Amino acid sequence: MATPVKVYGPSISTAVSRVLVCLLEKDVPFQLVPIGMAKMEHKKPHYLKMQPFGQVPAFQDDDITLFESRAICRYIAEKYTNKGTTGLFGTNPLAKASIDQWLEAESQSFNPPSSVLTFQLVFAPRMKFKQDEALIKQNEAKLVKVLDVYENRLSSSRYLAGDEFTLADLSHLPNTQFLVEKTNRAELFTSRKNVSRWWSEISTRPSWKKVIEMQNA
Amino acid sequence: MVVKVYGPAYASPKRVLLCLVEKQIDFETVPVDLIAGENQHPDYLKLQPFGSLPVIQDGDYTLFESRAIIRYYSEKYKTQGTDLLGKTMEDQGLVNQWLEVEAHNYHPPLLNLVLHIMFSPHFGVVRNEQVIKESEEKLAKVLDIYEERLSKSKYLAGDFFSLADLSHIPFTNYLVGPVGKAYMIKERKHVSAWWDDISSRPSWLKVLEICK
Repeated sequence: MATPVKVYGPSISTAVSRVLVCLLEKDVPFQLVPIGMAKMEHKKPHYLKMQPFGQVPAFQDDDITLFESRAICRYIAEKYTNKGTTGLFGTNPLAKASIDQWLEAESQSFNPPSSVLTFQLVFAPRMKFKQDEALIKQNEAKLVKVLDVYENRLSSSRYLAGDEFTLADLSHLPNTQFLVEKTNRAELFTSRKNVSRWWSEISTRPSWKKVIEMQNA
Repeated sequence: MVVKVYGPAYASPKRVLLCLVEKQIDFETVPVDLIAGENQHPDYLKLQPFGSLPVIQDGDYTLFESRAIIRYYSEKYKTQGTDLLGKTMEDQGLVNQWLEVEAHNYHPPLLNLVLHIMFSPHFGVVRNEQVIKESEEKLAKVLDIYEERLSKSKYLAGDFFSLADLSHIPFTNYLVGPVGKAYMIKERKHVSAWWDDISSRPSWLKVLEICK
């Protein structure tokens, strides 16, 4: 029997949780290996061997060590194409490309401002860092523009890439969870009718509920 | 019917052009003037709702985000032209890993340098020396990691030229040219050799020729 895949990093990390929810959607058993970031474990030689940029997560299965959460998700979706949610990365090349397009949009347009806001509004206070009001304002303005595009898209499409839940939607779960549940900026999402509907659907999937359980454990 | 690629004058669309040339796929280009704001025109936003470049049209099919486009064509035409994804699923995993590194670690600080040094005062960018300094420092740290990687591996994903290397070409061309920081590449022995190799590929020379 193959050993379960290993994911390295804390479950609270947005990038780590992106990989965890993907593994759960694909019914792939895994072992989460905690990395103590407060103790700078992610910058120590034994971790840097796996991830030379000192970021989480890292991923290992019998065949490969990989980093970058979206690359890991693509690999999992390809390798386990017939397991779990089969349409996660499309069942034909055109469908896959449409999903990839929205996954890239998440990565390039949604992730930068939502990550800054998540750090400034959720983690900075926890870590006793001073918040940067100008940065918060700037990134909120950027995020609003992106969410307007999503609002329009989701008025004619149930999920970002089409009628089914895919990697493109999944990739939004970690940052949005923080912004909606742990900040006073939830209305960015909830005031937009279609975005709100989409968020309700994707965030109540059993896979994501399980990740939240892991984060709260 | 040939693939239409929008915005050839700019760097991100050049990722797509490079890929299409490597894969021996015919295409035509459609100019988009960013300074005149053509990317904010309703007709363009119908194709690319974020107003970014590039977008492609392939018959009835529209696709945006350069890295999604190059993955699509590399997979669709896997057996034609250069294999840009590697032979195995694991090779492809590594290609995607380094493509993500380019997107998240390499591109953002380099884009800051490009916007502040080359394009300001356009696109709402006011040249900021502090941003330039910090971005150069960030990029230098990333290049140090590339130097280590490329001392053990001919190309980023392994011993084969892939989408991961290709994705770096258009913006790095800005870095060593109009941005005026060629030393960042040349001072690193393995990065320099890698850059010399990938930037002298016939496909890149062809793209530069087309976009003159």
